[in-house]
Amino acid sequence: MRNVIDILDLSTQEIDSLIETALDIIDDPAKYSDICRGKKLATLFFEPSTRTRMSFEAAMYELGGNVLSMASAASSSAAKGESVADTAKVISCYADIIAMRHPKEGAALVAANNASIPVINAGDGGHCHPTQTLADLLTIKREKGTLSGLTVGICGDLKFGRTVHSLINAMSRYEGTRFVLISPEELRVPDYVIDESIVRKGIPYTETADLDAAMPELDILYMTRIQRERFFNEEDYLRLKDSYILTADRMKNAGPQMIVMHPLPRVNEISVAVDDDERACYFKQVLNGKYMRMALILMLLGEAGKLSGPAVPRMIQL
Amino acid sequence: MNIEPIVNGIVIDHITAGKGAELYSLLGLDRLDVPVALIRNVPSKRLGKKDIIKIDAELPVDFDVIGYVDPGATVNIIRDGKTAEKRTMELPEILTDVIKCRNPRCITSTEQELKHVFRLADREKREYRCIYCETKAE
Repeated sequence: MRNVIDILDLSTQEIDSLIETALDIIDDPAKYSDICRGKKLATLFFEPSTRTRMSFEAAMYELGGNVLSMASAASSSAAKGESVADTAKVISCYADIIAMRHPKEGAALVAANNASIPVINAGDGGHCHPTQTLADLLTIKREKGTLSGLTVGICGDLKFGRTVHSLINAMSRYEGTRFVLISPEELRVPDYVIDESIVRKGIPYTETADLDAAMPELDILYMTRIQRERFFNEEDYLRLKDSYILTADRMKNAGPQMIVMHPLPRVNEISVAVDDDERACYFKQVLNGKYMRMALILMLLGEAGKLSGPAVPRMIQL
Repeated sequence: MNIEPIVNGIVIDHITAGKGAELYSLLGLDRLDVPVALIRNVPSKRLGKKDIIKIDAELPVDFDVIGYVDPGATVNIIRDGKTAEKRTMELPEILTDVIKCRNPRCITSTEQELKHVFRLADREKREYRCIYCETKAE
């Protein structure tokens, strides 16, 4: 059974196909509006989330499918002590595909190893968040016209930010990528990510704490939130939470070509005044995320042999 | 010091001196109901000194554990008093339930009876990472 736990579970060719499908959905949504009729997506969210869960649910509805959802982890069997493995086996009896978020790292892999239907990781603690990265990649493709030859600045919490590690893994596979990693010392990208995803691939990168100095050379500035829920120590969180705040004034340091991205939700790291800047793309990411989730659901259901008919895109009939 | 030769069993030889006890423990040899000898600091031409473990029974041995603790060790299977098979060890690609993931955020910290599995991430550095959370093995 094919699952997507990590962005690296998808080849660059498959990502190209997903982008192609997403662009086709954007062009002609009616073609896809009934393609998943009778199919059910189970959204298992063991951690609070609004946008990712609703994005998956909107994606499935727009494909003509149905959604099985639990209201919250507190109302699920997990609260009674059921294991992730058992939950995955049980839900496999009800649904055709699972999207799961869980606070523990590796939970989605456990679910995938036990489910008999495809599992999509919708975030496992601070580890991976591949569908956010798919949203990011479609946004970059639509805004910059390419995924190659870009200087990507990533700013904020680069230690615990799961979207950061997934984005680095994804962009490190495209030719000509260069990373500028902007963070306080305590929230640097973990060494193993730098070693495995950047250094070994011979990708140029710099690490800095100075956002203003880094901005002029960037094609993309990817801002992230300092996440309270990843800290064991409230003091550390309070000390670091205001490390970087992007203001309209600061945007003057950037070139006209630099786009601003953010996985959202934001707290205060991007001033609301920046929203009016045409280089601000974070709300476009949200919409792009829905289209890429639609494309991914189609791909996985197609590969599992659960879709048929003339409207099924070529890529999922492989 | 004399230890009876083995007729049918296993000799783990060329163990780096000092690692015999760790291997003895990780292989669970303390729980065996057969004669087992751990000989430490045996003079060795190649190593200066080495540890040796002799097990007086041909039991299934987890070669991955030996490869992980000491890839330089050799395993001799003894049958009818002769070396029937000689195996050299290497770092295993996957380690299952040999070491524990210490990351409190990892699913292994809460999931019932989930095996702790590590993959070899860097052979040169002998670095293993948890397959669930990618935390480095300590």
